[in-house]
Amino acid sequence: MSKMETTLPALSPDGDRMIVNMGPSHNSTHGTLHIVLELDGEFIVKATPQIGYLHRGVEKLGENLTYQQFIPLTDRLNYCSSLMNNVGYTLAVEKLLGIQDPPRSRVLRVLCSELARIGDHLVCIGINAVDIGAFTAFLYMFKERETIYDLFEMMAGQRLHSSFTRIGGLFRDIPAEFEPLCGQFVESCERTIDEMERLLTHNPIWADRTKGVGAISAEDAIGWGYTGPCLRAAGVAQDLRVAQPYLDYETYEFDVAIAGSGDVYDRYLVRTEEMRQSLRIVRQCLKRLKEIGPGPVIVEDYKVALPPKEKVYTRMESLIHHFKLIMHGIDMPVGEVYSATEAANGELGFYIVSDGTKSPYRIHVRPPCFPIFSSFEEQVKGRLIADAISVLGAMNIIAGEMDR
Amino acid sequence: MVIERIDETLPGAVLDRHAFRGDQTIVVGRDRLLEVIDLIYKEGFQLLLDVTAVDGGQRDPRFDVVYHLLNLTSQERLRIKVRVGERESVPSLVSRFKSADWAERETMDMFGIPFEGHPDPRRLLMWEDFPGHPLRKDFPLDGGDVFCSQDIGASFSPDARSPHV
Repeated sequence: MSKMETTLPALSPDGDRMIVNMGPSHNSTHGTLHIVLELDGEFIVKATPQIGYLHRGVEKLGENLTYQQFIPLTDRLNYCSSLMNNVGYTLAVEKLLGIQDPPRSRVLRVLCSELARIGDHLVCIGINAVDIGAFTAFLYMFKERETIYDLFEMMAGQRLHSSFTRIGGLFRDIPAEFEPLCGQFVESCERTIDEMERLLTHNPIWADRTKGVGAISAEDAIGWGYTGPCLRAAGVAQDLRVAQPYLDYETYEFDVAIAGSGDVYDRYLVRTEEMRQSLRIVRQCLKRLKEIGPGPVIVEDYKVALPPKEKVYTRMESLIHHFKLIMHGIDMPVGEVYSATEAANGELGFYIVSDGTKSPYRIHVRPPCFPIFSSFEEQVKGRLIADAISVLGAMNIIAGEMDR
Repeated sequence: MVIERIDETLPGAVLDRHAFRGDQTIVVGRDRLLEVIDLIYKEGFQLLLDVTAVDGGQRDPRFDVVYHLLNLTSQERLRIKVRVGERESVPSLVSRFKSADWAERETMDMFGIPFEGHPDPRRLLMWEDFPGHPLRKDFPLDGGDVFCSQDIGASFSPDARSPHV
């Protein structure tokens, strides 16, 4: 037996580097995303994100489904705030059709969007804190998130994948028990946010781990295509609810939260303030619902929305409308629209090209976290691995939305 | 309006235009795209939201590359379209907008449209040796999977795994 020869690998002049795979199923990569980190000790020299693990071909599927059938797929984009995706998508189709939903539906859409925003921010901040090591805040916040999901269940019959909206309005009205529970939720959520702030805002460990981490200038943030809380944390007061109001947002009173440095701590502050503002909007919505009183929540145009079942079973025209809508879909005008809404992560855009048939010719989703995540390498280069975790959490990457 | 400014400064650059439901669209030749982009960047359109494409199927030229831009000051939106044929390339905007990096990679991945001057022209969502470009109209919805396209009742045979041999 010959003696085994071993040769030591030559060290490169700039020290030896280690390649570490973070993900595709790492505790802090929520959803399946994969980052190849090149490390020099604890410092990140290079970070190459690899995405696409959750690519389900949503856009391709959309080209083969009717406009109405696409709604359940939008639930699965940002599954932390699926209601907001439903609203964004139906608004895009309604823009294409040139119709508007009834006033009660508009208020309910705002109400569920804001609840979804609170839910999304609670998860984002809570998980970010857990990744960093502050477990307690997360537990307080998840109690509130449960109530939000109870409310969604009352609304849509589903907790996570709500599919609550329909083209021209909503699937149904809210039940009578909704308003008292929502009122309670607003009170208790306010207290929880205070509690969370007591746990985090002045916590020196939280500040150490987040201040200055992932800081970005306003110009860079715009260049990278940032939108939403991450852009506002960098000091740009861009909120589509104010800048390009939809669903009558201009008639609600709320403030746009902005910060300056764009770091993880500022993103946390912006999200916290946004939750408070959302609660303000929810209160106004509850008041408005009382003022408006009962009414239709979907347009009574049976060329767009299904007629009620009683009519389908008793009237000839309604039966024909029902049949035509299910079998042939909605008569769409030929054209293309891009409609954007302010989702929890930023601008959620839907680009729809219609050729007049029952399915979209092309449907494209502009997910807010996709451009944000593309800046990941620049955000973490030269920093510690621990910073990568907190940056990743504060970007609020939702793989379902990013990969589509 | 920014479209009038483009017409004044770069006559002939805008080949076609239309407005639908308040969305402004201009069609620009691919040789003049960078000039137009540089001009509207100065006009305030500094947020490139999205790059994508539409496959026209049998149409010639086949693809529309679609850019969505937003002016943060005036809150104006503009859609720019560039018509390209098969195997024709579009100039990359990465030197102007960092957000174009992944968006162009995705468009290249999904449609097979090359972006000239892209610093890192790898696939983004699909893996490197994936055959074809999924969002092209001639790409089958089931991905060409033999188990989807054949009779569901067909019993498993190892030969069925490699339909392309």
